Amino acid sequence: MAINQGPVLEFEKPILELEKQIEELRVFSRDKNIPMEEQIHVLEQKARSLQTEIYKNLTPLQRIQIVRHPKRPTFLDYVGIIFTNFIELHGDRNFKDDPAMVGGIAYLDDIPVTVIGQQKGRDTKENIYRNFGLPHPEGYRKALRLMHQADKFGRPIICLVDVVGAYPGIEAEERGQGEAIARNIQEMAGLSVPVVVLITGEGGSGGALAIGIGNRVLMMENAWYSVISPEGCASILYRDASKAGEAVQALKISAPNLLEMDIVDEIISEPLGGAHKNPQETANNMKTGIIKHLTPLLKLTPEELLADRYQRFRQYGKFIEN
Amino acid sequence: MIIPLLIRDFEAGVGMAIKDLFKTKPKYITVKPSGEFPGKIPSIEKKEIPDGLWVKCDRCSQITYHKDLEKNLKVCPKCSFHFRINAKERLELLVDNGGFQETDANMRTVNILGFPDYENKLKKSQKNTELIEGVITGRALINEIPTSLAIIDFGFIGGSMGSVVGEKLTRAAELAIKEKIPLIIISGGGGGARMHEGIFSLMQMAKTSQVLNKLSDAGCLYISVLTDPTMGGVLASFASLGDVIIAEPDALIGFTGPRVIQQTIRQILPAGFQTSQFQLEHGFVDLIVQRKDLKATLTQLLKFHLKGGKVNGN
Repeated sequence: MAINQGPVLEFEKPILELEKQIEELRVFSRDKNIPMEEQIHVLEQKARSLQTEIYKNLTPLQRIQIVRHPKRPTFLDYVGIIFTNFIELHGDRNFKDDPAMVGGIAYLDDIPVTVIGQQKGRDTKENIYRNFGLPHPEGYRKALRLMHQADKFGRPIICLVDVVGAYPGIEAEERGQGEAIARNIQEMAGLSVPVVVLITGEGGSGGALAIGIGNRVLMMENAWYSVISPEGCASILYRDASKAGEAVQALKISAPNLLEMDIVDEIISEPLGGAHKNPQETANNMKTGIIKHLTPLLKLTPEELLADRYQRFRQYGKFIEN
Repeated sequence: MIIPLLIRDFEAGVGMAIKDLFKTKPKYITVKPSGEFPGKIPSIEKKEIPDGLWVKCDRCSQITYHKDLEKNLKVCPKCSFHFRINAKERLELLVDNGGFQETDANMRTVNILGFPDYENKLKKSQKNTELIEGVITGRALINEIPTSLAIIDFGFIGGSMGSVVGEKLTRAAELAIKEKIPLIIISGGGGGARMHEGIFSLMQMAKTSQVLNKLSDAGCLYISVLTDPTMGGVLASFASLGDVIIAEPDALIGFTGPRVIQQTIRQILPAGFQTSQFQLEHGFVDLIVQRKDLKATLTQLLKFHLKGGKVNGN
C-alpha cells in the first residue's frame, strides 16, 4: 500500500503492520501450499475496518501531517489532471520570475481559464528551486499580473492555494512583501471575472489570502486555512512550537470548522488516507467542485460578480454594538 | 543555501515544514537562544514610557525628565528618538480642540472562537488603555478640514486587528465615502492580524483592503500614517494602500518580525532593517515626518486635495 506513496505517517503504522502480516501469511501459504484464504480474508477485512477507523477519526494535527506529506500532489500535478493545454506564463514584468508561484492559461473542459497557485517541490532539489512553495513579492505580483490579464480578456480565474505562510526573509522584506500582499487583496476584490479559490493543502495567512479573494472558496478535506500556522500560534501562545495540536484546536483551522463559519463554501473530499493515495481521484473531485461553483458565476454580469465578492468579505467578523 | 531551523515568534511555521524534509536523516544543530544572536534585534515590546520621573532613551541612553519628554511630544530632546504614544495622545496632537466626534465608540469584541484566555487579554488591554477596543474612529477636524480619522492603539493587544478593529476601519472608510471627506488611518500594531480571532482576523485584511477600492472609486484621498510598529497583517492590508504613505521616524515597519526572520535564515540582519528609513529607501513610504510636524504636513496634503482636480469626489 504505502510502497510508492512515500513515508508512512506515525498514525498509519498499525495499518501497515497489519498489511505486512497479511502479505507474510500469503507468502507462507503459497510456499507451504497450505490453503489459508479464509484467515487472509478475515485479516483483510480487519485491515479495511482499521483503515476506515483511523482515517475517519483523524485529528486536525494528523490532517496537517497528511497535507504536508512529501508525496502530496502539488499545483502542477493537479493542473495536469484538471485542466488541458496549460501554458505557463512567467514573470512579474518588474523584477523576475518566481518559481514558487506558478500561473498560466488552460482549458477547464472547453472554457479558457487563468489558473494560479503556489508550487511546492516534489523532492528536495525542486523544493530548493521552488523555495518550498513560499513566494517572494514578485510571485504575488506575477499572480496579480495574470489576474489582470484574465480580467481584460474575461477569463475566469481559478486559484489553488497551498502555502504554509509568507516567506520570512530579508529580500522579501526589501521588496515589500507587505505591500505585495495588500495590493493583491485589494485588486482581487476589484476583478470583474469569476474567481474560484480552492485551498488544496495549506492556507497559511497572508501568503494564502494574497490569491484567496474569491467569489467562492472551496477547501480540501484535509486542508487547513488560518491566520497563523499552528506552530507559529503555539510558539506565541505556549512558547512551544511543539504544542501545535492545542493551537490547532484553539484556532479552528480545519475544513469542517471553516465550513461551519461560512469561510468556505464546500469541502472537497479526498481518498481515504489523503490526496496522495489517489491523485487522479482527488483531482477529479476537485474538478467537479470547481465546475459546480464556477457554472452559476458564469451567468453573472461583471457588476454582479464584484458585488457578490464584496459582500462575501464585507460580512466577516462578529462584534456587539449597543 | 539558507537553512531555516527554528521559529519561535509570530508569523512562524515556515521553518517547521522545511524541517520536516530533514526528518529522514535527523541531524541536530545547536540553536542559540534568541538573546545570543549577534546584532541588535529591534524590540517591539519596550518602548513605552515607564512610570518614573526620569526616562532613559532607548537610542542615545540619555536621561530626560519625564515632563520635558512629554512637553517634547515624547520625542527625545537629545537625539529625536520617537517614543510610542497612545491613541488618545495622538488624537490630541492631530485634531483641533473640540473637533472630534467619535463613531462606533461602543463596539465590543466577542470571543468568536472561544479562544483560551482571550477575555482576560481584552480586559487587561481595556484597563491599560482605557479603550473598549484597539482603534478610535470618528469625524475629525484637522486645521478645520473635515476628515474621517482612525487611530490604532498599540497598547491594545499589540495594536492587532480583530473583528472590531476591522469593522471600525471599514466603517471609517464608508463614512469618508458617504461624506466625501478624506480618510486618515494611523497604524501602529506589532501583531498584525489578531490571532485570537483566528480566520476572522485574516478576513479583516480582506474587508479593510476591499473597501479602499470603493474609497478610491469615490475619489477620496486616503493617507496612511505608519507608526511604531506596523507589522504583519496590518502592513499587508490597509496600511500599505494609502494614496500617500507617511512614516514616523524610528518606526519598525515590515511584514515578518525581525526575530522570526533572523531565527529562520540564520543571518545577521542589516543595520536599520525594517525601519522607516529602510522603507523610504525601498520605495514603500512616501515621506518620513517628525511627530511635531505631522499635523502641519497632513494639513498641507489635505489642502492640496481641496482645490482643483477631483476634490474628494465632489
